[in-house]
Amino acid sequence: MLSSDSGFIKDVDGVFLFILAISLVLLILITLLMVYFVIRYSRKRNPRPSNIEGNVPLEILWTVIPTILVIGMFYYGWIGYERMKNIPADAIVIEVTARMWEWEFVYPNGVKTDTLYVPLGKAIQTNLISADVNHSFFVPAFRLKKDVIPNKKNQAWFRADEVGAYDIACAEYCGLKHSYMYSKVVVMAEEDFDSWYAQMYGTSQAAPADTAAKRTEGR
Amino acid sequence: MSNHALASQSARTDFMRAAGSRKGILSWILSTDHKRIGILYMIAMGIFFAVGVLFGLLIRLELIAPGKTIMEAQTYNSVFTLHGIIMIFLFIIPGLPAVFGNFFLPILIGARDVSFPRLNLLSWWLFVAGGLMAIVSVFLPGGPADTGWTFYIPYSVRTSTNVIPALLAAFTLGFSSILTGINFVTTVHRLRAPGMTWFRMPLFIWSLYATGWVQVLATPIVGITLLLVVVERALGVGIFDPALGGDPILYQHLFWIYSHPAVYIMILPAMGLISEVIPVFARRTIFGYSFIAFSSIAIALLGSLVWAHHMFTVGMSDTAQWIFSLLTFLVSIPSAIKVFNWVSTLYKGSIELEPPMLFALAFIFQFSIGGFTGLMQGALALNMHLHDTSFIVAHFHYVMFGGTGFGIFAAMHYWFPKMFGKMYNKARANVSFILIFIGFNVLYFPLFIAGYMGMPRRYYDYLPEFQSLHFISTIGSWILVLGLIMMVANLLMGLRNGSRASSNPWGGTTLEWTIQSPPTVENFETIPVVATGPYDYSRYERGEHA
Repeated sequence: MLSSDSGFIKDVDGVFLFILAISLVLLILITLLMVYFVIRYSRKRNPRPSNIEGNVPLEILWTVIPTILVIGMFYYGWIGYERMKNIPADAIVIEVTARMWEWEFVYPNGVKTDTLYVPLGKAIQTNLISADVNHSFFVPAFRLKKDVIPNKKNQAWFRADEVGAYDIACAEYCGLKHSYMYSKVVVMAEEDFDSWYAQMYGTSQAAPADTAAKRTEGR
Repeated sequence: MSNHALASQSARTDFMRAAGSRKGILSWILSTDHKRIGILYMIAMGIFFAVGVLFGLLIRLELIAPGKTIMEAQTYNSVFTLHGIIMIFLFIIPGLPAVFGNFFLPILIGARDVSFPRLNLLSWWLFVAGGLMAIVSVFLPGGPADTGWTFYIPYSVRTSTNVIPALLAAFTLGFSSILTGINFVTTVHRLRAPGMTWFRMPLFIWSLYATGWVQVLATPIVGITLLLVVVERALGVGIFDPALGGDPILYQHLFWIYSHPAVYIMILPAMGLISEVIPVFARRTIFGYSFIAFSSIAIALLGSLVWAHHMFTVGMSDTAQWIFSLLTFLVSIPSAIKVFNWVSTLYKGSIELEPPMLFALAFIFQFSIGGFTGLMQGALALNMHLHDTSFIVAHFHYVMFGGTGFGIFAAMHYWFPKMFGKMYNKARANVSFILIFIGFNVLYFPLFIAGYMGMPRRYYDYLPEFQSLHFISTIGSWILVLGLIMMVANLLMGLRNGSRASSNPWGGTTLEWTIQSPPTVENFETIPVVATGPYDYSRYERGEHA
């Protein structure tokens, strides 16, 4: 489920691997030193301790180096986030309504679904609307998450680069069936999407008044 | 301490047996002796901890396989809420300051008691009252709160469960915490023994001092927030509830303005404790005393300015996003400084792996993992993926349990002979440590992996791909609980029929080891005059053995 080359996978996994690599080096260093000291300076081997009170150059070193490292981490985190927040102007806008405990997707032409169908390689903007409490729109495969909060117009976007079906989960606790509030993003080749879209439009046109009424009701 | 001094001291009555004006249980629950109050906290906290562990065990059991295992979803939601409330407000926050801070803060600075002994007793009573309110809220009609310990609005307004009693309980516990903070800050300022300058204070005192300020300054916010919720519900003024035109994000801000500093209330005293334990068992002075002391202050200051890193996905302004992200990274620096100094304190020491030292070393390892995974969540892009997944659950359990929890266990084993004058069975303590260490890591490490794979938190049920990780995690919970039971049983057995402990069984140099075990009511016959820093092990360096 994480194998897809979609969404912000490179940004997110890149930052993760960057921080993970630094962390592992430091963690291994700390742990090995700790174990080595405990063995080398055990009371048996070293009955007489040395009272070393400190070392200012060392303190400066291990303040400055971690500071540089974490500022690097901050920077990569910010760069990746910039791409997430800048929504392309040509994105297809889909309204996502979260309610206890289901998702609803409304397309520009008024088509409504409970599964999010999107064309491959196109930017998709999701306008996140909550009908009741806080939810969170989470697509793990796309490394995408944004809270859905009543009276707040949150937006998110993604571009799927591989055909397939991916889980949508609710990540903000929302009561009894929180863990069942799953849906799917179905990524289709563009022509498949277009024919699906046209077909859906046909069916939804059969009762356009009904759709409009429901939409107003939902607000 | 010479044998002669020991013999003359044992003649004096210790605080456990001292005859006061009251008899029986009243001599405890109305006592203003900081040591008795510390023990009262320990008993109350021990009971709450047992309940919290039981709830944790039930959560893990439910999650051993997808679908319903032992309970319904509604029960599960209440169980994880209560687990959080109990562990945070009734165990981790009071754990070190209220139990060991009360008992040892006056002794470590050479005082006979805290500045306001009656206020101290009131704090305990408020703590008990808050704890009882939390228990009552479980049994009131409506059922236990099911909101998570964060009480996020609007869900907490909509649910029919007993949220208000639970909030009132948290409010009362907050007051207990504020009063303890005021007491500790004042005591450190006013009651230090002659010669006990700021830079001769043990590092545990520095950390309690920093914690005290955070308690005093941050805790009132949660009280104000509650008051606003009451105004909203009673008068219909829209503050947080979007149905009334309020802003649910404002609630999250106010909640975390308190609750993030509260995280430092939880971890700082444990860091101080580790700074006490390591020099004693390495028989050498601490490395970088002033850097550790100042890093506590830096953590208290910076830690008060990072609350919104719990809210990167709610849709804040870009400015807020990058400022809170940057500050989050910077607050890691003082913690890193502490870790480096602790490890350096082992260098050229004379190390004995007694039970408290084992817990302290495990603290360093697990706290480091907690810290590094915290950095990952501080990075904005990565936070979008990790937020509200089991990665977070693993992260804060590594800090709160692998860190503070292990710190509390280290303190138990370190100060046990001083508090009760007896020694537990060390071999059994070591075995229980190994079980707890293995169980803890088997329980929480798989949750990092599941979280990265997309397992959200607070889930009653989950997708089949997470099953093997959840299964391993649940096995870990059994090992952990086995170790905990063994540890507690061993300590209780030590209390009943442990061998008599000398006044300084570990060879420590701080003031508590200069007085008898258990201490007398007044701690010191004459107030000591302090002439050296807290960790003066030069006699071992010279090859003399006390």
